[in-house]
Amino acid sequence: MKALYSLFLVFALAAIALVGAGALGMEHVFGLYIPFLAVAVFVVGFCLKVVGWGRSAVPFCIPTTCGQQESLPWIKQNSIDNPSTTGGVVMRMILEVLLFRSLFRNTKVDLHKGTRVTYGSSKWLWLGALAFHYAFLVIVIRHMRFFAEPVPGLISGIETLDSILQIGAPTLYLTDLVFVAAVTYLFLRRVVVPQIRYISQVQDYFPLFLILGIAFTGIFMRYFVKSDIISVKELTMGLVTFSWVIPEGIGVLFYIHLFLVSVLLMYFPLSKLMHMGGVFLSPTRNMNCASRKFRHINPWKFENVQYHTYPEYEDEFREKMVETGLPVDKPLEEGAE
Amino acid sequence: MYHKSKILTGLAVFIIFMTYPFWNNIGSAAYVRPELEKVKKAKECVESVEFMRAEHMSMLNEWRDEVVRDASHEYHSTVNNSVYQKSLTKTCMDCHENKDKFCDKCHDSVAVDPYCWDCHVDPKGVQK
Repeated sequence: MKALYSLFLVFALAAIALVGAGALGMEHVFGLYIPFLAVAVFVVGFCLKVVGWGRSAVPFCIPTTCGQQESLPWIKQNSIDNPSTTGGVVMRMILEVLLFRSLFRNTKVDLHKGTRVTYGSSKWLWLGALAFHYAFLVIVIRHMRFFAEPVPGLISGIETLDSILQIGAPTLYLTDLVFVAAVTYLFLRRVVVPQIRYISQVQDYFPLFLILGIAFTGIFMRYFVKSDIISVKELTMGLVTFSWVIPEGIGVLFYIHLFLVSVLLMYFPLSKLMHMGGVFLSPTRNMNCASRKFRHINPWKFENVQYHTYPEYEDEFREKMVETGLPVDKPLEEGAE
Repeated sequence: MYHKSKILTGLAVFIIFMTYPFWNNIGSAAYVRPELEKVKKAKECVESVEFMRAEHMSMLNEWRDEVVRDASHEYHSTVNNSVYQKSLTKTCMDCHENKDKFCDKCHDSVAVDPYCWDCHVDPKGVQK
């Protein structure tokens, strides 16, 4: 049901662009104003969110330890999974950000012969996530051809590599296949696995459908219902050089694609997609596991901490506590209301 | 803010990457639609301009397969009743003589690198 809500939401968004840019002829709004606003919301919102996290204190030393801590010299330390130096932490972060090491450690609980609990390795989530994120990265880099003239060699090089099998015309991008397959997998695991379906919310399904919608509109524009790509480049180049133009004859499919991308950008800082910035600020990953060697000082200034002592708490709730028969330090005064 | 220098450096890197389309184009000339060389030889193309713009790559691909696999050399146009030979070099490039001034103009602009020229030659050669 939650998945259906999200799906309808994405369809509704596509319909807004379809009606707005198509029937009502508001190409300026959907082609220029909304995308520009979306980029602004994305960059500013992202920074505000990260600064907000940076301002919150980490009161405890809470890194997750996934290996042997630094100990006696003859006990071999796992310096990446339980780092005790800044270098080790940096190594751990690099592996986490680039290779999703904590997903690699994903396990699956099962009942063996119906009675014995077993923990097995489960790499599919890691593989799907890795495929999805890297395909998305390549796709974003490929799209930079619409924002640079002449197109830098790096971008056209990636483009050539991506279409290296030279299947059909326009040549098939391999990342398109990988991307759709990975997003579909990430969606299906939420629907098919009962435990994951139980914890999945609208905000889990919505980005998946939104991204899938973006992928499908993009794929349709490239392979099936062609958009005039030169006009599209006129629009995108105008957008980033502030000489805004709406060229004639770009299909409405392009505006749907652009609107869904804009929604994704605006939704980004408000949602769990912020894990893009959050992964760098995770205390469980970026702290040094040397709590026995160095004392972690809680950086809170005590005078700023708002606390509520037990006598104050009892004063506030004494009547209710007495009513339900909870013991109180100070009895309820006779004649009190 | 805690770890101010590290977080602000990270954000600066983020902003630089995310605003690439904006700062990359500062100071460069405004983008103009590539001007294609006008054809003098013929009045109309094998199909309508809109169709050719969108589908020329698929059409050439189909032509190649039909010629090579089925020895079918004749293309019956849907806009005029003429019959054309299915040939990039002999038909298309008979009018659009110059690859640099026609094909490459748009292809370069959107970083498309078709592999036509792995086998075919530019009939008029590279004219500098």
